[in-house]
Amino acid sequence: MSKVLLSGNEAIARGAYEAGVHLAVAYPGTPSTEILESITQYPEIISQWGSNEKVAFETALGGSFGGGRTIVSMKHVGVNVAADPLFSLAYTGVTGGFVLVSADDPSMHSSQNEQDNRLYAHFAKIGLLEPANSQECKDFVKLAFQLSETFDMPFMVRITTRVAHTKGLVSLDEPIKKEILPYEKNFPKNVTLPANARRLRVSLEERLQKLKEYNETSPINKMEMNDQTIGIITSGISYHYVKEAIPHASILKLGSTNPLPLNLISQFAQQVEELWVVEELEPFMETQISAANIPCIGSSGCIPFYGKDLLPRIGELSPTILKDKILGITPAQPVLDPQSPIRPPVLCPGCPHRSVFHLLRDLRAIVTGDIGCYTLGALSPLDSIDTTICMGASIPMAMGIEKVHPELAEKLVAVIGDSTFFHSGMTGLVDAVYNGYTGTVMILDNRITAMTGHQQNPGTGLHLDGQEAPNIDIENIVKALGVKRVQTLDAYDLDELKDAIRTEMKTREISVIIVKRECALISTTLTGKYHVIADNCVACKACLRIGCPAISFNGVHTVIDPTLCVGCGVCIQLCRFGAIVKDVN
Amino acid sequence: MNKTVLLVGVGGQGTILAGKVLAQVALNLNLDVKMSEIHGMAQRGGSVVTQIKMGEKIHSPMIEVGEADDIISFEKLEAQRYLALLKPGGNIVYNDYEIAPMTVITGAAPYPDDIEENLNKAAGEVKKIPAYQMAEELGNIRTLNIILLGYVAQSWGEIDKEVWLDAIRVTVPSRFIDLNIEAFERGYNY
Repeated sequence: MSKVLLSGNEAIARGAYEAGVHLAVAYPGTPSTEILESITQYPEIISQWGSNEKVAFETALGGSFGGGRTIVSMKHVGVNVAADPLFSLAYTGVTGGFVLVSADDPSMHSSQNEQDNRLYAHFAKIGLLEPANSQECKDFVKLAFQLSETFDMPFMVRITTRVAHTKGLVSLDEPIKKEILPYEKNFPKNVTLPANARRLRVSLEERLQKLKEYNETSPINKMEMNDQTIGIITSGISYHYVKEAIPHASILKLGSTNPLPLNLISQFAQQVEELWVVEELEPFMETQISAANIPCIGSSGCIPFYGKDLLPRIGELSPTILKDKILGITPAQPVLDPQSPIRPPVLCPGCPHRSVFHLLRDLRAIVTGDIGCYTLGALSPLDSIDTTICMGASIPMAMGIEKVHPELAEKLVAVIGDSTFFHSGMTGLVDAVYNGYTGTVMILDNRITAMTGHQQNPGTGLHLDGQEAPNIDIENIVKALGVKRVQTLDAYDLDELKDAIRTEMKTREISVIIVKRECALISTTLTGKYHVIADNCVACKACLRIGCPAISFNGVHTVIDPTLCVGCGVCIQLCRFGAIVKDVN
Repeated sequence: MNKTVLLVGVGGQGTILAGKVLAQVALNLNLDVKMSEIHGMAQRGGSVVTQIKMGEKIHSPMIEVGEADDIISFEKLEAQRYLALLKPGGNIVYNDYEIAPMTVITGAAPYPDDIEENLNKAAGEVKKIPAYQMAEELGNIRTLNIILLGYVAQSWGEIDKEVWLDAIRVTVPSRFIDLNIEAFERGYNY
């Protein structure tokens, strides 16, 4: 069949389709989001956003127990949220094939850490496949479903940002038709009471042992023998870096890496004079190879063995790094590399979060933040977020600060977005009511999951496929959770918002301000643009303090870029000289 | 044929679509191709880069120091930002348009005034194109990506024009095909 250009994420979606998957669930998170979005092009697959990764995982788990093939995808830190069911699913095993896609982010292109989730596969004792490119993304997902059913265990397909977001050529196959198995109650397998769990624990080791035997001869674990003075064991995208940097090397490319095929590795090691393990982030394979004493197994004594002692453990690898560290080739120096002022990501023109952070900065609030576009409120000139840790942390953290510093209660504001509130903010809010937090909570409801590229959530009234959904009202939830002081305000009305924030900060009782205004990128209500009347501008630069990318200073007066302005009108409320006016047309 | 091309700009300018057209060109020529786009945190406003490598067999999707044959930049400062990745003697095509980054808006840094000089020093050939005005004349500023690509197609010379036009037809939503072909022609003939 013909070849098409697919990103790793699109290829995973295609793989799910060709594998006859029945149910796909995810919570959005870069670099994984496009997997589920791409799955929507296959109406044969039931697909939906979960409210968080744990919920998504458990929905897919139910689908598997129900006899369907199911796939769940998330970014690396999402697996932290879903870890609880993951560890138990390893014990019970599956009914229909179950695949978890973990999209890791070495170099933290858009993440708060760069954890190596291969360690989760090892820790949870499940199968692990590591595709290196789009073709393998598709092929490995299909294989993962087969293996999941054969070995009765969930499989992790672990990709990294480079694999997820690189488009490459993929040949397509026809999908297989997979029937959903009839539902069957299975107490000893699916109920992890201790008595059952103890038996499942033993069977888990047996299943893993069988998988290890398979991995020793798996077609995706293969040697490419070449110059035997150097042997390189590698997996994932690192394989392509090795091929580009050291094309003459002998390579053992591992696609199925848990449990590691130590016999195969040992065979390979005995055929080379020097052994390297090239893997991004943690020494996942290296540590196990070292523990098995493989470099010293040959008849002629130990061979030199290198890995993280010379290769970086932090960030992505690259052909240049490998040429430098393995071959000693000095990296090329740029002809010219002039200093350029950095261009940090910014809240978009018209972003409804901007006014909130402008006011919180001016009110000198202590702001515990959360994960979303609004994390950018931490950057200059808004400079108003004090903490960002993980999804849902804002409200409990504000309470924790109050517990150790009661005198700061009137300064504390927790800020959380709509999607994050549904993800893991609600539990924190219940706790804050229960345990007597007296600060303020602001829920920035921009009517969408914006940062990952506009996904629907329980508050938007739409499903993943655009069909109408129950629209769950945040104000009603907040009231139901026991908060008495709740109000919903418009992000674009600075005076009203300022009065409300100031009042609620001073009030020694938990209060919630919901700031509701749709994301400017999907707004259907924004009209017109604004411009500056040069003669009226006194160059006070008050309008520049909101950090709108459309507004800049030309040395004499401020100017509004007509290609960027979307007409939110927040800047006009800052100008005391009538220098900003709406275009007439 | 081997080509290593860097498309750079400001988030929201349409670098990804231009990248898709280029990748489709490679596909039409039966070449191996990898296109890597790392999106940063924000939907808009940050520095964005799309890397395209085409040839017999492509392994690493990354473009590293001194490897890019061409830099196609949608904004002036962005052309300079990625200069280190340009191959000695490589070419630069850039949209003659300035978008102030937040660091300039807040006064933390000036918008550099020696960009043209630097580009000329580092590159084999530098072409400045008023793609923004040209796109405006066409009635849709979003066509500036295809205008720039049109010029690149002409400057490379070695790929038949029909191959490019085919790639546009396959990549662009059908209602925008005519507009984009017109944009391509204007860039091609600039």
